[in-house]
Amino acid sequence: MIELFLNKLILGIQLGGVYALVAVGYTIVYGVLQFINFAHGDVYMVGAFMGMFVVKGFSEGSISSPVAMVVVLGMILIVAFFVSMRGHWKDPKGAAVRLVGFAVAFALIGTLVKLFLKGGVLLFKPITALAATNVIIGGIVALTVAVAWCAGLGVLIERTAYKPVRGTGRLTALITAIGVSLLIENGGQAVFGSDIHAYSLKDLPGGKQLLTGTLDLNLVGITLSVSKGQLIVLLATTALVLALTYIVRYTKFGKAMRAVAFDRDAAALMGINTDTIIAFTFLLGSGLAGAAGFLNFGLTGYTFDTNTGIMFGLKAFVAAVLGGIGNLYGAVLGGLVLGLAEMFVGGSPFSPYRDAIAFIILIAILLFRPSGLLGKNTVEKV
Amino acid sequence: MLEITDLHIYYGAIRALEGVTLRVDKGEIVTMIGANGAGKTTTIRSISGLVKPKTGTITFEGKPIHKMPPHEILKLGVGQSPEGRRVFANMTVHENLELGAYTILSDRKRVKQGIERAFHLFPRLKERETQLAGTLSGGEQQMLAIGRALMSGPRLLLLDEPSLGLAPFLVQTIFKIIREINQEQGVTVLLVEQNANQALKIASRGYVLETGRVIMEDTASSLLTNAEVRKAYLGE
Repeated sequence: MIELFLNKLILGIQLGGVYALVAVGYTIVYGVLQFINFAHGDVYMVGAFMGMFVVKGFSEGSISSPVAMVVVLGMILIVAFFVSMRGHWKDPKGAAVRLVGFAVAFALIGTLVKLFLKGGVLLFKPITALAATNVIIGGIVALTVAVAWCAGLGVLIERTAYKPVRGTGRLTALITAIGVSLLIENGGQAVFGSDIHAYSLKDLPGGKQLLTGTLDLNLVGITLSVSKGQLIVLLATTALVLALTYIVRYTKFGKAMRAVAFDRDAAALMGINTDTIIAFTFLLGSGLAGAAGFLNFGLTGYTFDTNTGIMFGLKAFVAAVLGGIGNLYGAVLGGLVLGLAEMFVGGSPFSPYRDAIAFIILIAILLFRPSGLLGKNTVEKV
Repeated sequence: MLEITDLHIYYGAIRALEGVTLRVDKGEIVTMIGANGAGKTTTIRSISGLVKPKTGTITFEGKPIHKMPPHEILKLGVGQSPEGRRVFANMTVHENLELGAYTILSDRKRVKQGIERAFHLFPRLKERETQLAGTLSGGEQQMLAIGRALMSGPRLLLLDEPSLGLAPFLVQTIFKIIREINQEQGVTVLLVEQNANQALKIASRGYVLETGRVIMEDTASSLLTNAEVRKAYLGE
């Protein structure tokens, strides 16, 4: 009985860690812009796909695809850069042009991904060949590609879709976010297809030994077995959340981020380029969502498709609200609470309500503590 | 040093400034006085780039700056302590000062010197160094806002209502320090104040603003003795 409980606890923390990784993206973007990026869950989905392309590329021998991913990432960034550099965003005609530009860029990138996957690039072949021989190197490459891709995608979305409508009201931004979300889901379907996918790092050489089976921990007479894959997810999410916390607390960019979040005008008066910091915030949040997408599917073998981000994104959003939106530690706490709640509900007689628990929590928190567990009702000093 | 020519600014359909022209020479303390809504803060915010003029020009040391974003204007040497202080309440005094030095943050030596200078000007801040800025008193927050604005080593300092909401003896202190910054550190100051009496006492020249226009400009001493100004702004 106690073993079962501890097992659920570990699984809950692991799932919660993945929620936390996505929830921090919602929360830091909300922090700087007071805006919910509803396309965030879809970035997570793209992370799962990018990880899959790399892992399948390695395991099936078409080793060019990871390189292709990197090349296409570069293209995304170049397109984002040029689109974002042109003219003033406030003028509505310019904004319309940019939205069309965004759609075209997306279609172009999608086509390029397909071309690269079919044809392949022979550059850096020795490096990818080396990566394909080892699950650890392969995994790191897959994680890096997923993170880099999603970080680039996040900046692209911010520059092309959100920046043009900044300052035109919350509702505009919200509807734009929903539009971007639909664009990624359906655009993703056009590019990746509507099939259900699954992949696992186990397919890479050495992966079976590393990832199959459980690790048995003996704690004062209680044997606790944890699946190795899930343990790695747990460790990786912990490391990433700690890295993010470090960046936000101690680096120059992190301090600037907190300043922009607190008071954008005052931050600008400090010489902080607020546009750059906002883009950087999207880069961080989206990169972590990409990592979460890869970790949650690449190490567990769960199935996913282009709509996977919808439900998961909503739940991670609930986690962010539960912890107190805008509060980094709150998002982590909210993610953990949500993960544990889902695991324990899933193992109880109420298991059919596993997916509903997130929304029950949302309703409860909005009723009883709308500012979230760690959120504060700030009182301004005059 | 700073030249503003025929500045017009609108907030949507509302006219905030209609043709403000003013100049600040190197080494001066210039003050802008006027009632609420006269356009003083708008003028300051347009100099630092937070609002963009519809027409008119602003040049700093000969360079047009009215189309530049705020962070680039700061790099040219224009620092601002905004109205209402706007310190980062969730960060420590030390972190606030560091953010003031954001553009030179990689130069540890200059940052350290800047912090020492701020502590020299405002010894109170040193006692509060590790305290969150939100827990400071209003006067201490104002000191922090000025100290923070000086961190980047500006040649022109824009001060927006530094005495707002402070106890009378603190007002004295703040004005004394503004003078010190100007005379000992050679920083040119453009000072916006509702406390016209105090502002005119330390300034060399003054502008009187009313509903978005400059209605009077003169040396501070003649404004102080001007009957109209005394009646409208000095409470006589």
